[in-house]
Amino acid sequence: MSELHLPWLELSVLLPLVGGIWVSLLKNRDRARTVCTIVCAVTLVCAIGEWLDFAMLGTFEAHDHWDLFQSIFHRDVFVIDELSAPLLPLGALLYLTTEMTTLRTKSNRFSFHWTLVSESILLATLACRSPWLIITLLAIATIPPWLELRKRGQCTRVFVIHMALFVTLLVAGQALAGATATSANPPILAGCLLTAGALLRSGVCPLHCWMTDLFEKATFGTALLFVTPMTGAYAVMRLVFPIAPSWALQSIAILSLVTAIYAAGMALVQRDSRRFFCYLFLSHSSLVLVGLEMATPIGLAGALCVWLSVGISLLGFGLALRCVEARTGRLTLDNFHGLYEHTPFLAAMFLLTGLASIGFPGTVGFIGTELLVEGAVEVYPFVGLAVVVAAAMNGVAIVKAYFHVFTGIRHTSTVKMDCRPSERITILVMVVLIIGGGLIPQPGVQSRYHAAQALLDHRSVEQADDSDGSDGSHSAHSETLTDNTDSE
Amino acid sequence: MTLESVLQFLGLVVVASPAVLLAALGLPLLCGFKLSESVQAGLTRAGVVIGLLASVAILVLMLATGLRHVPIELGNWVSIEQEHFHFHLKFVFDRLSVPFAMLSFVLCGTVGAFASVYLHREKGYARFFLQYALFLLGMIVSSLAGTIETLFFGWELVGLSSALLVAYFHERPGPVRNGHRVWTTYRLADAAFLVAALTMHHLTGAGDFDGLMGSGPWPEGVAAISSWSALAVGSLLLLAAAGKSGMVPFSGWLPRAMEGPTPSSAVFYGALSVHLGTYLLLRVSPLLDISLPLRILVITLGLISAIFGTLASRVQSDVKNALAFASLTQVGIITIEIGLGLRYIALIHMIGHACLRTLQLLRAPSVLKDHQMLEDAVGEHLTGDEVNSAKTTTGFQLWLYRFALHRGYLDAMIDNYVVRQFTAVFRWCDGMERRWTNLLSGGPSRESDQVSPYSDSLEDVA
Repeated sequence: MSELHLPWLELSVLLPLVGGIWVSLLKNRDRARTVCTIVCAVTLVCAIGEWLDFAMLGTFEAHDHWDLFQSIFHRDVFVIDELSAPLLPLGALLYLTTEMTTLRTKSNRFSFHWTLVSESILLATLACRSPWLIITLLAIATIPPWLELRKRGQCTRVFVIHMALFVTLLVAGQALAGATATSANPPILAGCLLTAGALLRSGVCPLHCWMTDLFEKATFGTALLFVTPMTGAYAVMRLVFPIAPSWALQSIAILSLVTAIYAAGMALVQRDSRRFFCYLFLSHSSLVLVGLEMATPIGLAGALCVWLSVGISLLGFGLALRCVEARTGRLTLDNFHGLYEHTPFLAAMFLLTGLASIGFPGTVGFIGTELLVEGAVEVYPFVGLAVVVAAAMNGVAIVKAYFHVFTGIRHTSTVKMDCRPSERITILVMVVLIIGGGLIPQPGVQSRYHAAQALLDHRSVEQADDSDGSDGSHSAHSETLTDNTDSE
Repeated sequence: MTLESVLQFLGLVVVASPAVLLAALGLPLLCGFKLSESVQAGLTRAGVVIGLLASVAILVLMLATGLRHVPIELGNWVSIEQEHFHFHLKFVFDRLSVPFAMLSFVLCGTVGAFASVYLHREKGYARFFLQYALFLLGMIVSSLAGTIETLFFGWELVGLSSALLVAYFHERPGPVRNGHRVWTTYRLADAAFLVAALTMHHLTGAGDFDGLMGSGPWPEGVAAISSWSALAVGSLLLLAAAGKSGMVPFSGWLPRAMEGPTPSSAVFYGALSVHLGTYLLLRVSPLLDISLPLRILVITLGLISAIFGTLASRVQSDVKNALAFASLTQVGIITIEIGLGLRYIALIHMIGHACLRTLQLLRAPSVLKDHQMLEDAVGEHLTGDEVNSAKTTTGFQLWLYRFALHRGYLDAMIDNYVVRQFTAVFRWCDGMERRWTNLLSGGPSRESDQVSPYSDSLEDVA
């Protein structure tokens, strides 16, 4: 397996973990906030370093140079491939921008050290491919939000019931699947259990209520950080995609499609801004799942593009909403708030990121959405139609929310509600990513298509090996694929 | 320097000028710099004049050399060779696109000059010109698009800028609600457009109009698909065009769009935006030649819209609304002309009507003021201002009057039978979710039910 030039993965995982421990020892909230932001920034640098390094290697998968974990456990714990390579910087960016836009007034509610620990868990999840380790990390990731709910004195039952079910399904499914399962010889029951668990974590309808409940009861930042990395989709790709046959994946896509349309409709009738965001996110993440489960090169490439674009744009959208809420408190969408005159930058970011998420022309999501719809039409024409309908409803919901939050009346304020420098920087970074990615989409699309093809090749290699009756061990196939890719 | 390279350069200038204008107005705003009104007006003027001059130069060269079809290839914006997926950036200068692009520049230039005075010292001056630049870019891209994806790109920009401009006076709920209504209608049209584009891709293997319309410059192309396929794609495009041009049953957004400032009402909803649907029909008009049912659909929709427009315009109490419905009448007639195959007449009608309507709408607010000033000066009502003597009306006339006054009850029908049903279903689902989470929580599960705005604000902290 190829090696990165530096131990980027280990640094990305360990830095926030160490930072979290350090921050937990600090008594001063301002200092904790500053340290947390610095740690997140350095982690982002490491994650970007990993991505660039990996891109230069031109291989399907790679692990760290000076791999500490390999020397201890004698196996590759942290490995990245074309699927996960850009997800790490995206995850690190998510945490950094959330920290940067956390106002001092919210410092007492927002747990900085748990946030860093969560970042470490997230990056570790995205950097590993071993099914059991992924399941363990996904299970551990549910603890920080649960602790926060308890600390805030909120009822945790909805969250706990769903998360317990999710972990149980994954554990049972993986135990039944074993190490030799492939898409050519799919373990049907295990596949069903794994799929149900991963979809539950993704918030598939009707098992999505934990997500709205989390947005109701946790701080907005924590809820945002828990759902926006789309680890449910990651679980689908790592646990279900390799072992499920194409027909099963495409059938599962229908469930995701129903969720996408249902959530888009629900977003249109919500009266609370957080619930609105939650449904909007749910609709978009379900659309990503629809593409992932199409199992065709173009559909999968579209889904991988939309994964990144939705990650960036809905992160920006959520942050814009969070910044507004930090100034006004929770917002209802029943009436108009007229905040435009006070926060024109946030208004622009709200609209731009919202439109980017629906794939508006000139933004980062445009080509991804086109590919996704194109791929969906290839498999089932009506699925393409439904994706278009969901995107249309989401577009209406976003502009409706924009009008309700920023226009409609003239808001009078006794304090200045301008953007802080850190918020302004975040907005500009988002704009650069959204417009830049929209104007020059070819590199991103090419990279995601390559990743899609490699993932599908991986499945077909396993299928071929399985039909030959050979031992289908995961590492053997990976090596074969790597060799093939290298030789290319 | 060859003729081809000159045309290529000029074509790029035509497309780039509104794009540069958008960047020049948008980037400083984004970085926190405020441009003065005169700088914004100057940039706008420069952007429009450069684009217009370049398009006139192209027209002159085309006339001088006898060229009728000048494609400007910018290559693939995105391509995945293995999957034959291409997003081809191609612009076409032909007998249809050049007049429409020039019309867009001329009318946008007129309105830009008007608005720089009309909106002087308005708070939203910069916002207006930014959205104006977005609109201009959308119009130029749509007009010159050589592929259906490129047309969709411009189409969306026009839709967004239009909706935001309707909601320009955004400190009042009325314009905002109307802007939202316009946006919703446009989204429906956009969805139909996107599905049509996908269908076209699958039928022809490319989004290039040449692939769909066959060889030959507009309007002599012959559609290269079967009549049933033409009916399917054409019906979707007709739906998209109906939404964009405010034809029946989507005409409810036309009077609502008049909530925007007069300059934008004039140029966007009275002249340009409202003609974009008919422009689309003209662009794909070879489809009509091979599908009689599609042709009948187009003529029927045009006829209904024209009759409805003329009825509604006669009973409006507001001059801008009356003009908006009068526009609809003309759009309906243009649609009929397209359906009948009178393409050049439709194009000339469109250009003439757009110019006339722009001037009418720009003059509308001041003509009333002038009328009142004249009456004040003369000291009595001017001739022709007397109230007509009462006439006996039949029941049918009364019904017709009520029908026109309520704009065909179209908005009410859409609200009752579509919007309300839709929201009722999802509100019911929301209620069921509440019961489910309450059950799981063993009590009330939604904090948001108790949320009042600004309950925990920065102001409280301050």
